Order: sequence, then C-alpha cells, then structure tokens
Amino acid sequence: MKERTLTYRQAVAEAIAEELARDPRVFLMGEDVGLHGGAFGATKGLFEEFGPGRVKDTPLTESVIVGAGVGAALTGMRPIVEIMYIDFMCMAMDSIVNQAAKVKYMFGGHARVPLTIRTAFGAGRGNAAQHSQSLETWLTVVPGLLVVMPSTPYDAKGLLKSAIRNDNPVIVIENKLLYGDSGHVPEDDYLVPIGKAAVRKEGKDVTLIATSRMCNFASSAVEKLSSEGIDVELIDPRTIKPLDMETIAASIAKTHRVVVVNEGPKTGGFSNEVSSKIMDTCFYDLDAPVVRVAAEDVPIPYNAILEAEVIPAEKDILAAVKKVMEE
Amino acid sequence: MAEQINSQKLIELYELMVRIRFHEEAIKVLFTQGKIGGTTHLCIGQEAIPAGVIAQLRPDDFVSSTHRGHGHMLAKGGELKPMLAEILGRIDGYCKGKGGSMHIASITLGNLGANGIVSGGLPIAVGSGLSAKMRGTDQITVVSFGDGAANEGNTHESMNLASAWQLPVLFLFENNGYAVSTHTSISMGGSMEKRAAGYDLPYIKVDGMDLEAVHIAAKEAITHVRSGKGPYLMQCDTYRYEGHYYGDPMVYRTKEEIDSWREKDPIKHVESIMVERGILTKEKYQKIKEDIQTEVNEAVAFAEASPQPPIESMFEDVYTEWQP
Repeated sequence: MKERTLTYRQAVAEAIAEELARDPRVFLMGEDVGLHGGAFGATKGLFEEFGPGRVKDTPLTESVIVGAGVGAALTGMRPIVEIMYIDFMCMAMDSIVNQAAKVKYMFGGHARVPLTIRTAFGAGRGNAAQHSQSLETWLTVVPGLLVVMPSTPYDAKGLLKSAIRNDNPVIVIENKLLYGDSGHVPEDDYLVPIGKAAVRKEGKDVTLIATSRMCNFASSAVEKLSSEGIDVELIDPRTIKPLDMETIAASIAKTHRVVVVNEGPKTGGFSNEVSSKIMDTCFYDLDAPVVRVAAEDVPIPYNAILEAEVIPAEKDILAAVKKVMEE
Repeated sequence: MAEQINSQKLIELYELMVRIRFHEEAIKVLFTQGKIGGTTHLCIGQEAIPAGVIAQLRPDDFVSSTHRGHGHMLAKGGELKPMLAEILGRIDGYCKGKGGSMHIASITLGNLGANGIVSGGLPIAVGSGLSAKMRGTDQITVVSFGDGAANEGNTHESMNLASAWQLPVLFLFENNGYAVSTHTSISMGGSMEKRAAGYDLPYIKVDGMDLEAVHIAAKEAITHVRSGKGPYLMQCDTYRYEGHYYGDPMVYRTKEEIDSWREKDPIKHVESIMVERGILTKEKYQKIKEDIQTEVNEAVAFAEASPQPPIESMFEDVYTEWQP
C-alpha cells in the first residue's frame, strides 16, 4: 500500500480537526484562523467543518488571545490559540510568561492549564526583521512551559495532538518554510511524545543536533558528508523543553563529537543550552569542543542575499562538522 | 423610599467587611513583626466593594482578582486560616505557601487568582467568560481592576473582546485614585464612562464607600450579565487608607485627604444605618466585632503554627504530569 503523504500545513490542520472531533472541550481561536484558514493555511477547512462556535476568529489582541486561553483552560476548556508569527508573541508575553506558565505553581498545584499555543517562526521568506525571528529560546527559559518544534509533517501532527491532550501550556513552534513540505503521515490516531528526540540517521563519527528547518539543512549536509566518508548521527530534539538529554548523551557516548545547530542568534541561543547540558553530563565523552552553528547577532535583514547569510545554511553545517572532525 | 438591603443580609455583609478589615489589620501587625516577606497590598477602606459585589455571586461563578485581592477572596468564600497561612508562606495556605499575598487563588471557590501583574487578570476573565458561554452555563465572571490597570492595553483589549463576543463578564473598576503614587488626574485621559460607551458596555458609577449603593448597583449588573445580555462595567470610587503597599511613605497625599475619606468609612457607615434602622444596637455590633477579632486571632495563631513547606516541595507543581 502506498504511504499517505500530507504537507506540514495539512498535518497541522488534520491534528486540530481530529482533536476537535474527539473532545468537545477543544476549540481553536486566533487571528484569521477561520474562513481564511490561517495566515499559512494551517487551519484550512476547520471553520467549514466545525463552525464559528469552535473555530474563532479573534481581533488582533495577542495578549488577550493567550490570556483568554488561560482563563478558558482554568475553567474546563482545552483551547488551542494561534499567534500568527512568533514575533507577535512579544505582544502576549505577560499572558504567556507571567500567567500561563506560572498559575499552576503559584496556586500550589490546584490548577491545570491545558493550553496549546501555536505559532510560526523563522527566516527565509523576505519577511524582514519583525516577521522572521527565532525566539524559541525565550520560551525555554520559563519554567512551566513545554516547547516543541516539529520539523516534519509526521511530527507536526503527532506533537500537536500530544500538546492538545497535555494538561500544561505547550508552545508549538512551527516553521513558516516547512508548511509546504510533504511527508508521510499515517491515517491512524498516533501521538508523538513530548520530551522525546528523534534520531533521524544513525552514525558513528559525529553527533549533529539540529532543530526545525535546520534539521532539513542538516539532513542534506549529512548525505554530502557521507560521500566524504564522515558518518554523522543526526538528532532532531523535536521537544526543546524539556530536552531529551538521554538520547543526546547516548549518541555522544558513541561519537565523541558534537555540532549543535539552531536558527536563532548565537548569543544566548538555544544551541548554547544544549552545549551546556552536554558539558554537564557528557564532558568526559568528548574528544573535541562542542561546535555551535547559529545565526549572526543581527536582526533579520530584508534583502534576500543578506538574509540567507545571516541564518545558518548547509555550508555552515558542513564546515562545522569538518571542523569538529579535525580536532 | 430608596431600595435597601434587607436586615439579615446587611448584617451578613457587615460581618464580611469587618472580617476583611480585621484580616488586613492582622497582616499589618505580622508585617511589622517581620513575619511577612515581600510586599502586601491591603484593601482597608475598600471593603464595601468585595462585600457589595462579589458576595452576591454564586459559588460556581468566577472572580479574576488583583494584587489587592484579599477582600475578593474572603468575599468569594475564602477562609481566614488558609488565607493567613498563605500570606505567611506556610504549607496550609491556599497555595501551599508558594503564591503568597499576590497569588491567592482557589479554583474550587471560583477565584482564578489574585494577580501580581496589573491588568493581567482581565484577559483571563475574558477566557472564563468565553468558557461559560461555550459550555452553555449561566456562570458569570467578575474581574476587578484599578485605576492603574485602567490605562493598560490589556484592559481595553479585554473590554473590546468581551463586547464583540458578548461575554458574561462584569468589569469592576475599583477606582481608588492612585496607581502607586500617581493620581488619576495625571494618568487618565477621558473617563471610564466614555471608555465604556466606546466599547458599548452598560455603565454605572457608584460611591464605593457605600455598601448599599454598591450592592444594589451590582445586583442589577449581575442580573444583566447573567441573563446573557453581555458584559457590563461598574465603577466604584473608593480609597485605600494604607499606601500602595504596607509601609508606603505616602508622600503623594496629605493627612487631610486621608482623613476626609476615613469620614466616609464604609464600615462606620453601615454601623450608623443599622442603628438608624433599628437593626442592631451599638452593643450588638461591638459584640460582632469582638467575635470576628477572636476568629482572626485564631486564624493568625493557626497560620503561625502551620509548618513551613518542605524543601522538596519547590519542585512540585511546576507541571501537571503527562504520559510521554
């Protein structure tokens, strides 16, 4: 039987549709998620199928979209809210950081916040500095949040379904340039566990850890390196909070060399946290210092040539792996 | 004759106001003794508002409260012992000692939390309102906010969405005149009445020092909201006798100003009308006060005797456990 393929955006829509059908407490709200089908088409068809009662177009009011999600989650609903671009989360940070993330703890545990916050990030579309950022690191530093970054249609569906069924606030960070990618998505009701990395390719020479779209870049770098005789193990963390250090440590115990790639700026970036955790737990397994690949410490420029230079590219990953192999 | 609260209800609400006042007075003592950490915001002077509005709610209604939220919690069914234990950071507190004065909450009592972020509770109230509407209940949400929050974007955005979606939310504007030290004459453009009109919210302004006026206005507002007619905005002009926080030097206002508001004290006001209407004699209400003072003293003793939370509890309740 031929494997069914869906695009990443179809996988997202299907995950939401299945959960809306499965649980009457689930609903979706956000800017243009209704008839318009979402800014990136990832909620297409949901309004037609479930109606305005459960697929709600909101005003442009990010703080209230998330805050109302918290209030609804505290009182018996399981909202999915969409913040169109991760950059717009800046308008919602109080609701995310001070409210959603903390109410359970502040209330001594007698609250549950089954809230899913979907958003889209990433550069590469000429959207310039306020629509292209990688702000995922900000979210990982807030205790109380779970953060996932699917890189394939399969994970986009499976992680989103897990997020919707989770009783904690989960931030699902999708990538704008991945929405059109196709991949295998089974028709059965599967979940991808939150907190579990995927080993995309096994290898023995070097561990390459890359998130979201960077995992695609890494994947094509891995093939080229293979033809040069470098056998790379590619790990996609999928969940960046909590990080699956078990999978990472097991890989490093085998390869003794690591490259970490993420799309955000290098200073204070997510690859730093991965690198630190590796130092904490895997230092004596390392034969070479951890190498980080990340964006330059500049805002994302509009010009396409500049933009491509700012964010990591396949060539940067190739160079990093070769560097770590030379040590 | 103007509408009045019946005698039994008036006594009940009087007791609640006295309980709130004595609770806050007890905190002053504990704070002065160095037993309370951080900062605590007292609602002394504003008691008629929780007693007049929140005490009318049903147990299954919701309240989204503020940093000055002790009165809201007591009016929503909160008990003195876990209140004071929480304020002392002890294990028997409403939040097991991890929330403190600014985060007292009880989901079972319908209090979705005091809130340390000015205006942080308004979007949450929109959500609980939406939830009630989606679940097809007639539960309502009362969200308190002050004149500080009045100028935050969250407040405007929340009123807008509650109006656009006709949500069962009563916006309770407790205008005590000052955001920390800044008076509304400096901070507020326009008026809340005009803002309410802008969002098409029915609006009423009452003397927040007058329990009866607050209660009667709130009754109408609550009926409106519960009947599915959408949100409502109620303004109560009031005053906090203490500073923004306990210990605030209050250089921004005069003793004369404070004294002029103390003359309108909501508790004394109810005492005088109870005597005037022959509901309670001075001796009787003094006895009520003594009994409540005893109740508060017992709660303080309970709270002080409550154990500190165990160290390992710092790792508890960050997340609700999930199956991978």
